[in-house]
Amino acid sequence: MSKRRPYVRSKSGWWKKDPYYVEYMVHESTALFVAAYAIVLTIGTVCLAAGEAAWNGYLEAMKSPLSIIFHLILLAAIVYHAFTWFKLFPLTTPPVVLGGKKLEPELIVRGGWVVAVGVAVVSFVIVWGLA
Amino acid sequence: MSEQKIIEIEILRYLPESDQEPRSEIYKVPFTDDMSVLQGVQYIKDNFDGSLTFRWSCRMAICGSCGMMINGIPKLACENFIRDYYPKRITVEALNNFPIEKDLVVDLSGFIEKLEAIQPYIIPKEPRTVEQGEYIQTPAQFSEYIQFTSCINCTLCYAACPQVGLDPDFIGPGAMALLYRYNRDSRDGGEAQRMEVAASTEGVFVCGATGYCSEVCPKKVDPGNAVNVNKINAAKDYFLRFLSPKGGAK
Repeated sequence: MSKRRPYVRSKSGWWKKDPYYVEYMVHESTALFVAAYAIVLTIGTVCLAAGEAAWNGYLEAMKSPLSIIFHLILLAAIVYHAFTWFKLFPLTTPPVVLGGKKLEPELIVRGGWVVAVGVAVVSFVIVWGLA
Repeated sequence: MSEQKIIEIEILRYLPESDQEPRSEIYKVPFTDDMSVLQGVQYIKDNFDGSLTFRWSCRMAICGSCGMMINGIPKLACENFIRDYYPKRITVEALNNFPIEKDLVVDLSGFIEKLEAIQPYIIPKEPRTVEQGEYIQTPAQFSEYIQFTSCINCTLCYAACPQVGLDPDFIGPGAMALLYRYNRDSRDGGEAQRMEVAASTEGVFVCGATGYCSEVCPKKVDPGNAVNVNKINAAKDYFLRFLSPKGGAK
């Protein structure tokens, strides 16, 4: 008879056991803040479609101190999400070979940031121009 | 002469014949600055308890046998030095996410099955006879997959991957790196067969992109990249079949 008795360790609380996992879980959780902001914008669009009164009501609500605090929290969470997302960017990108050399992960991360900041600035300028 | 330095090494012991569950034991090990954690563990076996069981072979980070959780992080015991942990205690445990067979030895049979499933060998695109000569490959074609050939099957990436722990059937990072290595080889024609495994329910989409597998890899294989790039490839295969004449049917 076999004397084997392989022992399987419990996985409970696995994400608290290594700072790397904690960062991963915080990163994944902050996606909820991105979703929350998408909902805020969707409500704005619905109000805009519902007419001037609803839209003005939405704008007023956005100006309340509670809303500003909420937006600051969202901003912090989304910046953290973006930061940790770009850190993982090289993991998800197919190997890019330029001039016979593989592109350094650091350059991929920086490239991601340049595009993200560029798009944000251009969007801001366009919206500012429209306003 | 300088005083003999002593380090405490705490090992998670498990003797299946007498223990119901693993238990910790602490050993006081005299060491010199050139001693690896593996040598510390060997010292314990040679001097304190001959029943202590662990795998090792080359002592130079190429055989991939001595993977252990060292202070909670999957590492090769041979390439980490006791002096870097001193004076704190070192904890040593069998690799995470694998069943413990005995002490620091884990059951790798699941990993071996996964390795077999991805067919880690060249399935020739055009079979050639000896008379026809060798398969020609340019340095550029070679550089396409060289990074992924460095895998030594140490399974540190499996111990780092939370998804492997939560879903033991997940093909996992190491095997997926080898799958990618053969798919990218210009001499190989087995991609379609391997992508069936990659795109299956136990394939790449189990991965949650934690990225810790690539972080702990002692050979800089970046298995996490292989997994994630194959998510794109599997998705491409899925959508492109709608464009092919037979809808992807064989």
